Amino acid sequence: MNYNVDDNGFYGRFGGAYVPEMLYPNVEELRQNYLKIMAEPDFQEELQALLRDYVGRPTPLYFAKRLSEKYNTNIYLKREDLNHTGAHKINNTVGQVLLAKRLGKTRIIAETGAGQHGVATATVCALMNLECIVYMGEVDIERQAPNVARMKMLGATVVPAISGSRTLKDATNEAIRDWINNPEDTYYIIGSVVGPHPYPDMVTRFQAVISEEIKAQLLEKTGRENPDYVVACVGGGSNAAGAFYHFLNTPEVKLVAVEAAGLGIDSGESAATSVLGREGIIHGSRTLLMQTEDGQVTEPYSISAGLDYPGVGPLHAHLHQSGRAIFESITDEEALQAVLELTRLEGIIPALETAHALAALGNIGAKPDDVVVVNLSGRGDKDLTTYLDRFQLDGK
Amino acid sequence: MANRIQNLFGQQQTGLLSVYFTAGYPSLEDTVPIILELEKNGVDLIEVGMPFSDPLADGPTIQQSSEVAIRNGMTIPKLFEQLKDIRQHTQIPLVLMGYLNPVMQYGVERFLKKASEIGIDGIILPDLPLSDYVREYKPLFEVNGLSNIFLVTPQTPEQRIREIDEHSNGFIYMVSSASVTGSTGNKGVANTAYFQRVAGMALKNPGIIGFGIHDCETFTQACSHASGAIIGSAFIKALGKAGDLAENISTFIQSIRKKQNA
Ligand SMILES: Cc1ncc(COP(=O)(O)O)c(C=O)c1O
Repeated sequence: MNYNVDDNGFYGRFGGAYVPEMLYPNVEELRQNYLKIMAEPDFQEELQALLRDYVGRPTPLYFAKRLSEKYNTNIYLKREDLNHTGAHKINNTVGQVLLAKRLGKTRIIAETGAGQHGVATATVCALMNLECIVYMGEVDIERQAPNVARMKMLGATVVPAISGSRTLKDATNEAIRDWINNPEDTYYIIGSVVGPHPYPDMVTRFQAVISEEIKAQLLEKTGRENPDYVVACVGGGSNAAGAFYHFLNTPEVKLVAVEAAGLGIDSGESAATSVLGREGIIHGSRTLLMQTEDGQVTEPYSISAGLDYPGVGPLHAHLHQSGRAIFESITDEEALQAVLELTRLEGIIPALETAHALAALGNIGAKPDDVVVVNLSGRGDKDLTTYLDRFQLDGK
Repeated sequence: MANRIQNLFGQQQTGLLSVYFTAGYPSLEDTVPIILELEKNGVDLIEVGMPFSDPLADGPTIQQSSEVAIRNGMTIPKLFEQLKDIRQHTQIPLVLMGYLNPVMQYGVERFLKKASEIGIDGIILPDLPLSDYVREYKPLFEVNGLSNIFLVTPQTPEQRIREIDEHSNGFIYMVSSASVTGSTGNKGVANTAYFQRVAGMALKNPGIIGFGIHDCETFTQACSHASGAIIGSAFIKALGKAGDLAENISTFIQSIRKKQNA
């Protein structure tokens, strides 16, 4: 089985570039140039220097002793939360902004759900002195206020998406419309492994540094470079794609993709695409998609803004269909419990998205000798209001 | 056998008025009355929009009409049901326009067959890639006598326009400027260099200009560069006004045509 994208932009039957003609020249320009530019020595040099000195890579691989005792196995946390801006998202924005500059673009747009991608985009735009416009669903602006404030501090314009469910899907629609309206000077930094080819592959490549480091760090710590499990949450799927990438062709490494079940799979308020979705087209890609019988996209729900998306990237659709990855889903309540658990056992407050991956630890059946790597995709600062409220810690 | 689009362009290649509306808007059962009223008012071609929840290439007006239409209960099966006897009432060329996902869920082959049975002449699916069309669907369009209509934009390279022309057999939809539907700036129809570039290519298919055409002036201007023009958002706004549907349609169409009639 091949898990890399083919020449036409497909992973198995998923992927492609289903975009209206207005976007064709932009997407085509990117398709023809991304691999070439990414292979240039000066691009790699600039990227590696920024990842090291600015982002703070490599991020630690931390053996979580008390968490391991609790689950009676060996759990390592890949600390993407320790990146500058607090999540894995910046691995991708650093790469794409360098690409945008080489393509001569002067105006950057992005969509964001949890705000982590928006902050990571606003950050690199400040660094590179580029105009930055971030589309964000009105609901998410409300529930991720600290990240909205950070984007504004960084000089970005945050534009509310007010259609549909007013969340990540709708923010993505608005960003795509902006790109249609501004085809010449604008570069669209997509925040996950979604969208038309070449985005899923390009974002996967920029995030692949996560699994590259895991291999080297695990070898150093345990004498083996392959864990038994890699666990990651999936919204669009970028942190999971990055954490899985260098293990895709090593079948003994079990890959666990964790989706948001919201209030429960059967509640009608869920974002568990692999369970509830069918093949369809969203945001320019053929993938699994939550939709009605008539092909209208269903409005998803999750407490986590970053997982509140009705699709998954085409790579994940392929990993699901081929059985290469195990898909789990975790409810709001289970994720919240996992937040408290990690906080009190390890002194690490995770993001709500990340908590879904942690909550799956009890479901995977890891044995005492197994090595489990959880991709700790982001920190929980942005979610503190939700946490204080849900855990009744706000002193009222 | 030629379909009604091909016949239309065979007879006339100037000043054609094509109107787009979203099926199921403002009310679910307005589809057929709107078609008949448009024909009565001298419109040459009608694009019936199949609403989609996430219309990426559309501005706020068509987004909202689509939302209302979906809420009203419009679906592809419902639309086919409404249109099943349409050819007993009118011979105006009819095009179905929508996004690929709902059509894919209905089944592309089944969709084309059914459209052909009820007398539809053409299909516009802006997010169906040219390469997929050529590889998978072209023969299906052809056996069903349906013209597949492609979009070109000011950014489309010449070689690709030629490729699109080669695979088209109705007309080419010339998007006036880089924008989603419904923009009312004048940058679109003022894009003379682009229209002249396309006109100079001597394509085998006629072109119609759309996106941003919203009044008599922009319509007339567009007609001076191509075989005609398409009005969508501005017409949908007129449909959304209070008052009698037939009257709103007639007032709007007369306002577009007024210079030509005068
Ligand atoms: C911390 C964190 N983890 C995960 C995600 C989900 O995105 P993806 O599935 O692309 O990793 C987000 C998205 O906002 C995030 O902020």
